[in-house]
Amino acid sequence: MPPKKRITMHDHAAEASLFKRRALFTFFCVFVLLSVLFSNMYQLQVVSHKDYETRSNDNRIRVVPTAPSRGLIFDRHGNLLAENQPYYSLEIIPERVTDLDETFDKLNSIIEISDEERQQLKDTLKFHRRFKPLTIKSKLTEQQVASFSVNQHQFPGIYIEAGLKRHYPYEDLMTHVLGYVGKINTRDKAALEKSDKWKKYAATKDIGKQGIEKYYEDLLHGAPGHLEEEVNNRGRVIRTLKVTPPTPGQDIYLTLDLNLQLKAMELLDGRRGSVVAIDPQDGGILAMVSSPSYDPNQFVHGISSKAYSELLNDKSRPLINRATQGQYSPASTIKPLVALLGLEERIINDKTRVWDPGFWQIPGVERKWRDWKRWGHGWVDVYHAIIDSCDIFFYDLVYKIGIDKMSSFMAQFGFGEQTNVDIHEEAAGIMPSRDWKRLRYNQPWYIGDTISVGIGQGYWTSTPLQLANATATLANKGQRFSPHLLKSTRNENETLESPIEELPPIELKNPRNWDIINDAMRQTADKSRFTDATYTAAMKTGTAQVFSVGQNEKYDADNIPEHLRDNALIVAYAPYENPQIVLAVVLENAGWGGANAGPLARALLDEYMLRDDAVVPNESADE
Amino acid sequence: MNNHTHHHKKNIWQRMHIDLPLLCGLLALMVFGLFVIYSASGESAAMMERQLTRMGLSLVIMLGVAQINPEVLRRWALPIYVAGIILLLGVHFFGTINKGAQRWLNLGFMEFQPSELIKLAFPITMAWYISKFPLPPKKRYLAGGAIILLIPTLLIAKQPDLGTSILVAASGVFVLFLSGMSWLIVGGIIAAGLIFLPILWFFLMHDYQRTRVLTLFDPEKDPLGAGYHIIQSKIAIGSGGVWGKGWLQGTQSQLEFLPERHTDFIFAVIGEEFGLVGCFLLLALYLYVIGRGLVIAARAQTSFARLLAGSITLTFFVYIFVNIGMVSGILPVVGVPLPLISYGGTSMLTLMTGFGILMSIQTHRRFIDR
Repeated sequence: MPPKKRITMHDHAAEASLFKRRALFTFFCVFVLLSVLFSNMYQLQVVSHKDYETRSNDNRIRVVPTAPSRGLIFDRHGNLLAENQPYYSLEIIPERVTDLDETFDKLNSIIEISDEERQQLKDTLKFHRRFKPLTIKSKLTEQQVASFSVNQHQFPGIYIEAGLKRHYPYEDLMTHVLGYVGKINTRDKAALEKSDKWKKYAATKDIGKQGIEKYYEDLLHGAPGHLEEEVNNRGRVIRTLKVTPPTPGQDIYLTLDLNLQLKAMELLDGRRGSVVAIDPQDGGILAMVSSPSYDPNQFVHGISSKAYSELLNDKSRPLINRATQGQYSPASTIKPLVALLGLEERIINDKTRVWDPGFWQIPGVERKWRDWKRWGHGWVDVYHAIIDSCDIFFYDLVYKIGIDKMSSFMAQFGFGEQTNVDIHEEAAGIMPSRDWKRLRYNQPWYIGDTISVGIGQGYWTSTPLQLANATATLANKGQRFSPHLLKSTRNENETLESPIEELPPIELKNPRNWDIINDAMRQTADKSRFTDATYTAAMKTGTAQVFSVGQNEKYDADNIPEHLRDNALIVAYAPYENPQIVLAVVLENAGWGGANAGPLARALLDEYMLRDDAVVPNESADE
Repeated sequence: MNNHTHHHKKNIWQRMHIDLPLLCGLLALMVFGLFVIYSASGESAAMMERQLTRMGLSLVIMLGVAQINPEVLRRWALPIYVAGIILLLGVHFFGTINKGAQRWLNLGFMEFQPSELIKLAFPITMAWYISKFPLPPKKRYLAGGAIILLIPTLLIAKQPDLGTSILVAASGVFVLFLSGMSWLIVGGIIAAGLIFLPILWFFLMHDYQRTRVLTLFDPEKDPLGAGYHIIQSKIAIGSGGVWGKGWLQGTQSQLEFLPERHTDFIFAVIGEEFGLVGCFLLLALYLYVIGRGLVIAARAQTSFARLLAGSITLTFFVYIFVNIGMVSGILPVVGVPLPLISYGGTSMLTLMTGFGILMSIQTHRRFIDR
């Protein structure tokens, strides 16, 4: 630089020392500021470490619940009644699909999707969470699964979901007992949330809707497991960290006897009616049939609204479980019980005879109550009254007993209240009383009402299950069990027998009265349907003036259209000495009980008593 | 000055114009950075290669610059400054827009950021200007310095490139402060700055910049939008704990929850994988380099060299503070890389040129006894 003299003078030493002071000061500042950074690190990494560690794990770990497999349902002999079958469905995650129409067009060449289905999907999508999977098509065939799988890469956001679906191999033959499972709907969800079980259903799609499937939902469902997966910021799974397998639901063994159930269904042959068979030794239900029936499998995959409304509007009411919801006049089938009450009240004894001229009159009243036999039965004792089902005998008897004693005695046999069988679909029937009538119709009780009740008509209604249950109590001479369908449960390798619920027995002042009535029923069987049977049996038929299921709510005998035939009923049990099966059969509008329901009862008792593994005490009687 | 005898006998390093203690510090940082980038890039060999190439190139440039006598720099200070301002104006009128900011000049064969040139040229100019006068400088000279400072700062802030304009302004302010500017004026400037803040907020800042500042105070308000970077970065650092999750084991970075993990947010990867211990070592290493830079500055024999060396060193610190402050959530998000660690070429070249100047200052002293 050419020396161009400046006036300014530099004091180099002073400038250097000034700089040093400033530099030292700035170094101090740097140190302080780095310490600030470090203390912030300390705050993040030591003080709040746990919090950030949790959030880091929340970022990377996704917990995916896995559904437990539903418990299977078997009959008492281990025949499979409800199973789980593999199924495949096509799912879509809407937010991963950029052009819906284009994707569907492409998809259509592999798996056919109709315009209707497409429109329906689009409508659903409007209200669907964008990141949640939605089923495009369920029940894919193996062929469809294979052809989609090879083209998977073309369809981001669409995938095949494999799972297990309930299947009922016997289709419509078990429907009313087993019920069915269906998709969890908002009502199910609300109920689960209320009972604090919703968490367990995180991965579950179906839930029991009816019958055993609903009643034992908690046993059958099991508990979900979960996968802990490590995901990246786009949700792609990097690896699985931990697998907690689900606890499968428990298998259920029912008291049902598959052969008996199938036989009953076969015998009913689509006619409207119901059969209930109970093992009187423990209250286990051997058969419970309601006809006509329907295939529950269509509900598992979601029934179409057309098919559903057809079922709903079917005049023969297939959706109703007649065995527990059908409320019928028990008619003459309860005559043995009325006679039992007469004996117990000492109004009659086994020698008492009543003159039957074919009609009966309330003393001092003009109206004649007619017997089913116009010319009457002549002199009848309690045996003949039961064997010949003499109405006059019972008009007279019930007139003397009175409604109050009738109501309270019959209530002990379970009439007028639910049996609390282990399905939810159950009606209570009606065991009328003065209070009931006042409450129901705001009317006083008339003597005439009592007379109708005496032959199981009038206000008295009962379900076939109640009828079978009451007959079992009679056959058991007062010993009572709660009728039930659950025999045992099995999880892993442990089988747990369901405890038998014995109810307080009915104690008679004179226990011999049981024998008189049961003996009368045995003679009834011997003299008619079971004359040639190789086992002993007891029975009582009934023929009820008609009203069909559903019409029973507003019962008014005078308004029943004449062309409707009577309901045929029968109760029966076998063997007489040591009852193993009690039966109640109702055939709607079939006509005379003995002629129509009788053969059915005989065939069913034959089926059960003569089965290969049957232990019949009086096999020697086989001649 | 101590160890005069030692300085008279020039050793091999001095003849190569290398300051060994500084070089060791820089190399340690670079090697550390390579390890972190390997992890943050998802073990990408290609990125490692590119970063290594950059490091080699910067070391060569540093060595080259170290050979230039500081006197030469002083003489060229003004022309380089003027050229830089002209280029900035060029950017203003002809620059290419990239990511919403106008920072680049297309030179046909490469994209060039004139603001990087200014980063280097500006402290030289400032040091040249201030050291012409007896120190501490008189007020009117300070005013002159302020004008030299404001022109490029405002031009860069207008691009908008807040990070660079802060760095440029800081390098100028450091020259003024180190020159011995009176404490009264220092206080005055701080006061003026506080008054200026609302004006900056309401009239000069862009919306996105305002959002960044607001996000700093409440990142959870918009966890998937503006707050995402800072939340994920704090989670990464915080989850590292004392010892860290281990090299290559950081889930925030490896699973890509942490954005810009190999560039501006690389410090979060260090915090996550090496923990508090790793952060401490890094900060200690930085403190060592800054300390060495200030020692070089204090030992320099001319005011120009002292001011220049001091400014370069302290600007290096501003990089560190702004970046780590941002990544750990105590400063708003400003695009400043973590010096010598972040993946990327421009800042490394600029920084290493600066360290080349430091080495030149250290090794071009005339060894005379006073």
